[in-house]
Amino acid sequence: MSSPRVEVIERYCKGCSICVEFCPTKVLEMDAFLVKVAKPEACIACMQCELRCPDFAIKVFKD
Amino acid sequence: MAFDYDKYLRPGKLPHIWCPGCGHGIAMKGLIRAIDACGLEKNNTAIVSGIGCASRLPGYVDFNTLHTAHGRAAAFATGVKMAKPEMNVIVVGGDGDGTAIGGNHFIHACRRNIDMTYVIFNNSIYGMTGGQFSPCTPTGAKASTTVYGNPDPTFDISKLAIGAGATFVARTTAFHATQIDKLIAEGIKHKGMAVIEVLDDCPTTYGRRNKFRSVVDMMKRLKDIAVPVAAASKMTAEQLEGKVLTGVLYKEEKPEYTQQYAKVIAKAQGA
Repeated sequence: MSSPRVEVIERYCKGCSICVEFCPTKVLEMDAFLVKVAKPEACIACMQCELRCPDFAIKVFKD
Repeated sequence: MAFDYDKYLRPGKLPHIWCPGCGHGIAMKGLIRAIDACGLEKNNTAIVSGIGCASRLPGYVDFNTLHTAHGRAAAFATGVKMAKPEMNVIVVGGDGDGTAIGGNHFIHACRRNIDMTYVIFNNSIYGMTGGQFSPCTPTGAKASTTVYGNPDPTFDISKLAIGAGATFVARTTAFHATQIDKLIAEGIKHKGMAVIEVLDDCPTTYGRRNKFRSVVDMMKRLKDIAVPVAAASKMTAEQLEGKVLTGVLYKEEKPEYTQQYAKVIAKAQGA
């Protein structure tokens, strides 16, 4: 199975940083008030970011 | 993707108006997942709201939606349900809309035990109009109209709903994202008035004035104050100081209003 893919829809992201804080493997980080996928290979597809994003801005694809 | 929200959203409406980190978005996702889990048909579902931040929700979702007068969501929803008893009626609104301006409609919808699901997004403040205190603003907290601290005691929405006669009452928080959809789904399946209180955060008008350093701080507070009902029964009154109970707080079976009213119609028509 290939590693999960995290997609940030920048047009929806408001930079609240909830996803960055609750990601257990620090895949995401803040970059100029928006979220950036910094370490995609570390993603374990726990879906915490997708679940907690208030803005429908994150999607995690398992394969 | 864990869940495809797009099929329930109106195209071109996002991004929504809610501020960065507002818990309403998390609660809205929970509501959509709950509707999906219950398999409700779009054409047979009405989502009704009043005025306020939370009441903007019907604009984003692709169902039959009503955006009505301030506080009057329960009254309009009652009308929809009486006219079309087979329709699934869901009401959304904030704490100010539901318990202050619409307090009367809210308690009487509870009293009648009409079959609807009322999801209250309790962010402890009137967010949209500039951060005035609501009946759910904690005592001592600051709002734009209580700059020296709020002297009022606080409404407990869930206790109010139970006291007024709602037959399914549950509470959760925006932190407990997966619990939101489970409780709302249970409320939708319940035959009678279901009230689900979702505690969430208003970083812009509440957090800023009450020394929360970030949205994440507010989310962590929600995590800290929540105690599941089962765990609370083993805790002392001292340990429960400042905590709120989460989970299903009350459930009972009682005659439902539209069914009772149908009997009145049958009687009046000489059946």
